[in-house]
Amino acid sequence: MLLRHTTKEIKERQALTVNPAKTCQPIGAMYAALGIHNCLPHSHGSQGCCAYHRSTLTRHYKEPVMAGTSSFTEGASVFGGQANLLQAIDTIFTVYDPDVIAVHTTCLSETIGDDIPQIAKKAEAEGKIPKGKYVIHANTPSYVGSHVTGFATMTRAMVDYFAESNGHKIDQINIIPGYVEPSDMEEIKRIVSELGLRAVMFPDTSNVLNRPQTGRFDMFPKGGTTVEALRSTGNSKATIALGRLASGPAARALDAKCKVMCEILDLPIGLAATDAFVDTLRRLGGVNVPDSINIERGQMLDIITDMHQYFYGKKVGLVGDPDQLISLTEFLVSIDMWPIYVVTGTPGKKFESKIVEITRDVPHEVKVAAGGDMFLFHQWLKNEPVDLMMGNTYLKYISRDEDIPFVRFGFPILDRVGHSYFPTVGYRGGMRVLEKILDALLDKKDRESPEESFELVL
Amino acid sequence: MAASKINSTTGIESVDPGELKAELVAKYPTKVGRKRAKQIVINSVEECGEVPEIGANSRTIPGIITQRGCSYAGCKGVVLGPTRDIINLTHGPIGCGFYSWLTRRNQTRTNGPGDANFMTYCFSTDLQDEDIVFGGEKKLRKAIREIYDNFKPKAIGIFATCPVGLIGDDVHAVAREMKEELGINIFGFSCEGYKGVSQSAGHHIANNVLFSHVVGLDDTPSKGKFKINLLGEYNIGGDAFEIERILDEAGITVVSTFSGNSTYDKFANSHTADLNTVMCHRSINYVAEMMEKKYGIPWIKVNFIGAASTAKTLRKIANYFEDEELIERVEKIIGEEMVEVEKVRLEVKSRCEGKLAMLFVGGSRAHHYQDLFAEIGMKTVAAGYEFAHRDDYEGRSVLPNIKVDADSRNIEELRVEPDAERFSPRKSQEALERLKAKGFRFKDYDGMMPEMASGTLIIDDISQFETEKLIEKYKPDIFCAGIKEKYAIQKKGIPMKQLHSYDSGGPYAGFKGAINFWREIDRMVNSKVWSYLKAPWQESPELTATYAWE
Repeated sequence: MLLRHTTKEIKERQALTVNPAKTCQPIGAMYAALGIHNCLPHSHGSQGCCAYHRSTLTRHYKEPVMAGTSSFTEGASVFGGQANLLQAIDTIFTVYDPDVIAVHTTCLSETIGDDIPQIAKKAEAEGKIPKGKYVIHANTPSYVGSHVTGFATMTRAMVDYFAESNGHKIDQINIIPGYVEPSDMEEIKRIVSELGLRAVMFPDTSNVLNRPQTGRFDMFPKGGTTVEALRSTGNSKATIALGRLASGPAARALDAKCKVMCEILDLPIGLAATDAFVDTLRRLGGVNVPDSINIERGQMLDIITDMHQYFYGKKVGLVGDPDQLISLTEFLVSIDMWPIYVVTGTPGKKFESKIVEITRDVPHEVKVAAGGDMFLFHQWLKNEPVDLMMGNTYLKYISRDEDIPFVRFGFPILDRVGHSYFPTVGYRGGMRVLEKILDALLDKKDRESPEESFELVL
Repeated sequence: MAASKINSTTGIESVDPGELKAELVAKYPTKVGRKRAKQIVINSVEECGEVPEIGANSRTIPGIITQRGCSYAGCKGVVLGPTRDIINLTHGPIGCGFYSWLTRRNQTRTNGPGDANFMTYCFSTDLQDEDIVFGGEKKLRKAIREIYDNFKPKAIGIFATCPVGLIGDDVHAVAREMKEELGINIFGFSCEGYKGVSQSAGHHIANNVLFSHVVGLDDTPSKGKFKINLLGEYNIGGDAFEIERILDEAGITVVSTFSGNSTYDKFANSHTADLNTVMCHRSINYVAEMMEKKYGIPWIKVNFIGAASTAKTLRKIANYFEDEELIERVEKIIGEEMVEVEKVRLEVKSRCEGKLAMLFVGGSRAHHYQDLFAEIGMKTVAAGYEFAHRDDYEGRSVLPNIKVDADSRNIEELRVEPDAERFSPRKSQEALERLKAKGFRFKDYDGMMPEMASGTLIIDDISQFETEKLIEKYKPDIFCAGIKEKYAIQKKGIPMKQLHSYDSGGPYAGFKGAINFWREIDRMVNSKVWSYLKAPWQESPELTATYAWE
């Protein structure tokens, strides 16, 4: 057994986290910053943070992930990291020449209390920031929130630093896609353009973290939201924020700063959430939904109706991030599956009550934990197993020990490809999720059916 | 510079390393360039083996895009990570523990279902805002009790992360207190990420704690006639298993490995071995030195990477024990193993000879793996370490000349005295002299540079910019480094082999490992996948135009 020390008996833990279902803020900030065109993320702290974040993102995407670090030593930890950041800014603009350096802090620089805007000002005064170039920042102490809130904070910084309003609204909608994959961002853009709408999406990691093999390496690839586009968000007609936790703060900041009204929706994973997204686009854009989208919706629904017998009443355990879990839980409930364990490491009471509300009609007890961990999740399973688990790669240890079918979903996925190319959002994304669930369930059925009831047609 | 150029069939004669160095340095702000100039060296090996001085183990330049990690990574991730039955508790915010959870491909093999294995788990105090404000010691104590209640481990290691040092949590005091309370061994590591200039500081800290808190706790005489410890071998991709297989066959007992496939009990008993063999000099030489001083166990540098190197290492160990039967047995094993090894080597060599390699990785791997490439006729044109010191480049003879800077001074040097009861020289003075006279060298390491050709480029802590420039100029056939560099290099159409984690491969140590590695390199440098970069219409666009015209 790989997790041989996990017991059925659950003892209360107040101080110890075992097998976390979250990671720290800075990696989310780094991921978000990669969604700005010509931007180099910069980690203001010890160099290990940067190394860890780059490694994890690289393993997840199998793509180059470039970022700088302030490389704190003991001296910098005592005297503050100003000298380090000044040198970093100078070196980065001299050698790598990005348009933007997006600095995020770490637990170290936050505990010291480094003031990034003040240091950036000093860099500017010393002529270390070339004309037309920017240093932006987000405060992302690792001892607050999780990678999701780090993403939210850096996304909000894009608004704080760039959004401008000249009082003239333009025919454009802002879309904040949430902490989703580059494939999802691409799919969201496709849906928007199917409806014939003009939009600015930020951040946008498509064509950054799923770029083609061409025999060329570009330090700054083609993708990412440009500074110019970010600036224009202040004049947009409206903002659609997908995912309350990851996108809400930026949307509200844009409303406060430039009076751009916002609608904060769930991530468009599954039927109802995608319906809500498409309908909101239709309303805000004043357009009709084209048949192409209706067809996609119908195809997804077709899979659900055709294969309903395999979904019905199946118990599911979910581990992941709040925005994803809310939509996914709703999706599973809508196809008559029973999500009975829902765990996120990201703290938040609202999440728990939201899941309780979504699952109120599930005819089974539903256990929810925000600020939980995979050890607790596994203990729940030991007491009552499920038919399917969905979550990041770390679940594969539980899947093997307990022989439970497993669909990889969320962050990080370190052992399979696909997530950066094939979306899980929208109707097409929903079809992929359904396919993955069916594959996992039916592979097990085929493997374990007695010979006499092993069937060709399912 | 003509004399310093490398002979090659692939056209690298056109690269003048001096000009290239000047170009690299010129790109940086002046002060940065001056510093990099010390860390970029054109190798020249004098007849006496002397090589130029290189700047190493110095501070990383902020913003340069380094590949280095931190002290915590070196301590918890590298040295303690591969041990299966010590619970490693990260005291800090969640990230550090999360990122070092199962990501290094250290394999471990328990002796059955009842055996402890915590390597698949991640333990953290997950410090929050209020802990940073009010201190995290209370939470740490509680977490340790919760570990004990749930898991009953033999030992717990506490790893301090950056903020822990700043807020003044005393992990050592808590360890002492909880050790008393729970009656199991508990020890702390002050391996905050800002200590030192790279992972290297963390190795040293890990060595110190293991030596002072674990080594020597169990005096039960270890069994076996020829007893060694294997130091600095982390069982990435199963390397230690292959080494153990060979040593087993030779009748050599591995008392403990630091720390691949290791257990707490083996560390505790490791001082009963009669020889310390050091694989990764950088990460573990401290333990070797301290065990020699305290217990009288001599140490030698070995290398199980490469078939010839493995054979040489086996002979070295056998000669140390001066036992004719062992010497014969080792020769027999080498003879038997080399049959298959030679077959594969010659086959792969026929396809790889003359190709160029670059290795920028680790603190010993960039050196060791050159042997494997050389055995199939591939040339190393440039190499460097990520976190090594001057002695790993220039050899241990430079140790007295290394200036200890402030960052290194902050890492404790333990004062070790011979143990009053347990110090026992494994070899008499006479035996040592006899061995030395036969050319046997103890506690010695020549370093990477003396074994590399003159005119090769040696770069310490290579930056992203320098990596790209080197690839552009030399157009190597393969580049070896780590995960962060991997895809940027492959996007350029150059195959990239990870030598920290071996990608998905291994073992690469020992005889079978050499075969695995050569097959892998053959696959990579001769793969047809790199020929698909251009679509047909990109290869010959003029053809389309002709049709259009006609």
